Amino acid sequence: MSTINLVSRRGFLERFVSAGALIVGVPLLQQGADGAEVDNAPFHPSVYLGIEPDGTVVIIAHRSEMGTGIRSVLPMIAADELDADWKRCRVEQAIGDPKYGDQNTDGSCSITNFHTAFREAGATARTVLENAAATKWNVPAGECHVKLHEVVHAPSGRKAGFGELVAIAAKQPVPKKEDLKFKSPSEYRYIGKDRPIIDLEDLCTGRGKFGIDAKMPGMVYASIEHPPVFGGKLVSVDDAEARKVRGVQQTLTMDGLKLPYGFQPLGGVAVIADNTWAAMQARKKLKIEWDLGPNAAYESEAYKKQLLDTARKPGKVVRNAGDVDAEFARGGKVHEASYYVPLLAHAPMEPPAAVAEFKDGKVLAYAAVQDPQAAQDIISKTLGIDKKDVTCRVTLLGGGFGRKSKPDYVAEAAILSKKIGKPVKVTWSREDDLHFDYYHSVAGMYMKAATNEKGRPTAWLQRSVFPSIGNMFGPNADYAAGFEMEMGWINVPYDIANQRAENGPVKNHVRIGWLRSVSNIYHAFAVQSFTDELAAAANRDRVEYMLDLLGEPRKMNMKEDGPHLAKAGDKMDQFPLDTGRWRRVIEVAAERSGWASKKSSQGHGFGIASHWSFNTYVAAVVEVDVDQRGQLHIQRVDIAADPGKIINPDRVNAQFEGAAVFGTSLTLMGEITAMDGKIQQSNFNNYPVARMSEAPLKTHVHIIPSNETPAGVGEPGVPVMAPAICNAIFAATGKRIRELPVKKTKLV
Amino acid sequence: MIQLKVNGASHQFDGDPEMPLLWYLRDSLDMTGTKYGCGMGLCGACTVHLDGAAARSCSTPMKDAAGKSVTTIEGLSAHGDHPVQQAWKSNNVPQCGYCQSGQIMQAVALLKDKPKPTDRDIDEIMQGNICRCGTYQRIRAAIKQAAGVKA
Repeated sequence: MSTINLVSRRGFLERFVSAGALIVGVPLLQQGADGAEVDNAPFHPSVYLGIEPDGTVVIIAHRSEMGTGIRSVLPMIAADELDADWKRCRVEQAIGDPKYGDQNTDGSCSITNFHTAFREAGATARTVLENAAATKWNVPAGECHVKLHEVVHAPSGRKAGFGELVAIAAKQPVPKKEDLKFKSPSEYRYIGKDRPIIDLEDLCTGRGKFGIDAKMPGMVYASIEHPPVFGGKLVSVDDAEARKVRGVQQTLTMDGLKLPYGFQPLGGVAVIADNTWAAMQARKKLKIEWDLGPNAAYESEAYKKQLLDTARKPGKVVRNAGDVDAEFARGGKVHEASYYVPLLAHAPMEPPAAVAEFKDGKVLAYAAVQDPQAAQDIISKTLGIDKKDVTCRVTLLGGGFGRKSKPDYVAEAAILSKKIGKPVKVTWSREDDLHFDYYHSVAGMYMKAATNEKGRPTAWLQRSVFPSIGNMFGPNADYAAGFEMEMGWINVPYDIANQRAENGPVKNHVRIGWLRSVSNIYHAFAVQSFTDELAAAANRDRVEYMLDLLGEPRKMNMKEDGPHLAKAGDKMDQFPLDTGRWRRVIEVAAERSGWASKKSSQGHGFGIASHWSFNTYVAAVVEVDVDQRGQLHIQRVDIAADPGKIINPDRVNAQFEGAAVFGTSLTLMGEITAMDGKIQQSNFNNYPVARMSEAPLKTHVHIIPSNETPAGVGEPGVPVMAPAICNAIFAATGKRIRELPVKKTKLV
Repeated sequence: MIQLKVNGASHQFDGDPEMPLLWYLRDSLDMTGTKYGCGMGLCGACTVHLDGAAARSCSTPMKDAAGKSVTTIEGLSAHGDHPVQQAWKSNNVPQCGYCQSGQIMQAVALLKDKPKPTDRDIDEIMQGNICRCGTYQRIRAAIKQAAGVKA
């Protein structure tokens, strides 16, 4: 049974379309056995598309735009299937509402999870319009076809625009999902083609509106002093000097965190002023006494030692095949190495910022958020109001990288607005952003392998220790969560008889959160660096060695074949790990970079690494120069990726180009440290990110043509970069980098 | 009272003379195309032209803008068609786009000084502008296109 709607329940779409528009809603959920009953449910989470009486096609984008192009590309899929003229399509950004389905733009899954529904929305609208034309002209529906924003009746040569068919279309029977016909790839107008994003003009003229740009009438500006140590609490504040600053209106105290932390605001003291500058300046004049709380002894050097020591001890077994211990006991050549990746900050160019107004028991917020429903959730919990009474309008995001799926700053604006009765804009300074991030976890890894006479592993042991993101959502998450283990740890698909993966315990002392590619970063660094070390010890070509370890092409359903973990991800059935596709990206990266003809020499090296994340296969070849002063330059990166079918090649390329730079930043210079519980980095002077001269001079992206289910694109380019760069450094200098960032090691 | 011109229009400011130009543009004039990124002149997101030269508006107190002429991204061209903006569009440079106002303003200043920049010139002048999305190679290509030099 189909549950596609020609929506009469349109109230919530009033902002986007006029009263006379035709609206199509294609449900995202699986239908129940009794179609009719499901159909009577008040709302199914759906993809919505409207056609105005003037013919304009309105497509609702429910995912957040943070630079991937998603709010252009998903609607393009519907437009293509409708054969609409893109110039006559308008994209409207959805507010946060479960009616749109999952809006958490995170995990590189927007195209994977929604491309089918957007195609169905387009195909449904096309079918209804064709049927409407057939009714109007009293001809068989099979003779009417949409062609570029018109329905054409070829036998008679009659044509009708979308707009003139809207009224009749609304009375047509709803096509069943199973009856929908889709374009063949040769008929695609937009899919598979480079198309500029809808925001391009605005972003080149300063007209794009980000969260930090949002305004409301009567708005005041807030800057908030948070407890300097995570879990700290306010004891007292003297605001006398702060209130003397010109433009300051008042100061307010805000409650601290309660367990579990989730996305709660940190609490502290807010300064309210006529402008951002006055609020920020006055903050510096607050005299505050803090109770620093339970994390005041946290110190990064000691914590690093603890992680690396723990990684050397047996941990919880999360994957086990064969008998690693028996093989090690046999003797032979054994290799060991420890790896370390520090805390990292997201540092999106737009720091967290939001505007909110509390009025008549309801909240309206404008915010740069990856997940507007999470903003509704935390605001409703914090203020004790119904989620339905929280409207979150999503602006453009000036970068997200995972930070903006955690909407603590939106809740801050709402809390302050309720306290003072005016709309409030909260702007985090760069210092706030770096001091109070949800950091990418610091991690220690230990790797051990026994090898045969060819240098091939006969036993492979890997241990990781890192504070889990689970600490944000419950107490005592001393071990990694299942999803963290799935990110490149329990699914190393090497063809080695004896393999064991373990995870050790550790206590957490800062806010931890997912950052672009999450646990894959440190896991890929350890696995792919260690692979390179073994190949070097065996004096074997890296490409040949990697292919040897991957073994014959095969599909691994990791639920059955590999890990013995309580809860493996559901997607493992949908996306078995295909070592054939993995091999292919290595081969393509090697071929396109000219690997076979390139020889490393003193000061000039080539490195390769490969990884699978978000169901996308990636290999990167990196070419580095290290000059006599030890200065490193990344001359060239070749990234081969197989993300399945792609929609907009230009944006896919852009994501991998960007990932190469993001990966370069965390490899060469990214490091957050704590002393006495306080984060020591404060701005781009001491938390540098790659600048133009430090970024790879040229990144070539090679996408493998594929008709497989679309997989992730935003994140998968990141994890290969650290091991590929460090392997290239080894090739150029003989120095093995086992601890990031590279800047801590003298290269000559 | 501080007098200045912004995109050709005269303005008067009687607030804190230490307030950076950035916040005057954004909060007082509602010209939000100029972005905050660091507040210390480290990232270039706030780049504007002060009497024709690139300046970090986050680190330019209003007293230093007195009597000067400020051009922001909003005033760079009437129809968003400055050759640098056109090159940006034809290379699909922006990802999130937040830093791009500053990048474009810096690139315009670069080309004014060096109409035919080398890679080294581009590195030297553009390295003050951070793009966290990592659009640097397209920025480089767009600058070369606008300058009419070989990529």
